Amino acid sequence: MTQLKGWRDIPIGGMILEAGNAVEYLTGGWRAFRPLFGEAACIHCMQCWLFCPDSSILVDVENEKMIGFDLEYCKGCGICASVCPVNAKVIRKGGEELERDDPRLCILMVEEGKFGEEDSE
Amino acid sequence: MSRFQALTGNDAVATAMRQINPDVMAAYPITPQTSTVQKFADFVSDGLVDTEFVCVESEHSAMSACVGASVSGARVMTATSANGLALMWEIVYIAASTRCPIVMSLVNRALSAPINIHCDHSDVMGIRDSGWIIFFSENGQEAYDNIIQAIRIGEHPDVLLPVAVCQDGFITGHGMERVEIYDDADVKDFVGKYRPQWSLLDLEHPKTYGPLDFYDYYYEHKRQQIEAMENAQDVILEVAAEFNHKFKRNYALFESYRLEDAEVAVIIVNSAAGTTKAVVDKLRDEGLKVGLLKPRLFRPFPAKELVDALSHLKAIAVMDRSVSFGAMNNAGPLFLELVAALATHGVQMPVADYVYGLGGRDILPREIEQVYRQALKTAETGQVERMVTYLSVRE
Ligand code: SF4
Ligand code: SF4
Repeated sequence: MTQLKGWRDIPIGGMILEAGNAVEYLTGGWRAFRPLFGEAACIHCMQCWLFCPDSSILVDVENEKMIGFDLEYCKGCGICASVCPVNAKVIRKGGEELERDDPRLCILMVEEGKFGEEDSE
Repeated sequence: MSRFQALTGNDAVATAMRQINPDVMAAYPITPQTSTVQKFADFVSDGLVDTEFVCVESEHSAMSACVGASVSGARVMTATSANGLALMWEIVYIAASTRCPIVMSLVNRALSAPINIHCDHSDVMGIRDSGWIIFFSENGQEAYDNIIQAIRIGEHPDVLLPVAVCQDGFITGHGMERVEIYDDADVKDFVGKYRPQWSLLDLEHPKTYGPLDFYDYYYEHKRQQIEAMENAQDVILEVAAEFNHKFKRNYALFESYRLEDAEVAVIIVNSAAGTTKAVVDKLRDEGLKVGLLKPRLFRPFPAKELVDALSHLKAIAVMDRSVSFGAMNNAGPLFLELVAALATHGVQMPVADYVYGLGGRDILPREIEQVYRQALKTAETGQVERMVTYLSVRE
């Protein structure tokens, strides 16, 4: 935990004078839902990477693969699951409403603390 | 060389704006401010200023554009009245807390409803806790002079706060008067160049304005605003001293009129203070010891200085052109602040409040005379008969 500064020692007006210091703020602590990979295979279209507001989609740049979620910063908004075209396809094919934690999806959103041992790593 | 011109208060302010030549002006028309910005728009199209003039679709956008321009490092001005200010309200707070030294001409008008375009001070009193520095002006000359000083005050590194300069809608805003307009070069020289310390456009030093601020730092940022307000009073006096010297004026935190040996005084802001001075002269001719104190600066409120200037009196009558609905005895804000100042400085004095002129209702010299006569009676008995009187409202 960093020592909080007094009012004389911080920039006025809420200004942040250091560029890019948002990395110091671990927004993962806000998360109520966690994104997880499901059964439907990812096609590495990078839509989730493009839309994630917290740059929390992990990518293997060399092999052009979407490889997971950066849980230190992911705040669980579920945008990645909403924009994933594979999710859309699964839902459309099944012809039924799917819960957002349905394992048949490509990205599913599971309530924090409600997944098994192997997932929670 | 300065010259005297016949100008409305609004045109006098527009002339100050031309001389200041701000980088950005964003405004939306609203009566009775409109003619200020209309006149300024003439200056823009005539090529007399270099200002980027932004015609926005609402006052909320006007103040938003001002904040954006200000953080980018521009010198920014705007003007509004009443409901225009009310629509700006969210961004009025943001301007102050983002520490944008925007200067706004506020031509006072009654807030709706019922809709009314005439003068009272309900508009400015709505932003009294917003973190803006607030000046009142008796006439076009004072509005002109205050606008010029406001630039220097707001931009001072120890302050960095927005400044609102008030004058009365129609009464002085549209009333034509003799105004001394200083030489363009002298005004330019007085306001100088704005050198922002943290411009967003300084690409060598990237920075963020307006981020999220939780329970961990929000309070510290508010504390900084308090400090800026505390610094403002000295800066206002420094700037006034320099202005007075250069332009042969006499600005301070407030103006005292025949107050030194007075027994009772009226406290009143903006145009009706002029009427009150005439009443003071008349009553003085009768041998009555009456005076006037006209606050120029309302935020920050110079409590101690006011108390020092008033403590020799036997009774005070405050005249408020707005009501703080539901406040103690439904009094006006000027009265509430003043009685608090007297009480906390240990001065025991009978003080009465007279609410007047709501929605542009005329205030007549004989009514002000009645206020003085009542105050003289109070001075004798030591008792305030009625704490708050609503002058000239029909029963
Ligand atoms: S849940 Fe939101 S924050 Fe987390 S990876 Fe998906 S889009 Fe990004
Ligand atoms: S949007 Fe879906 S399919 Fe596309 S990369 Fe992300 S997880 Fe894979």
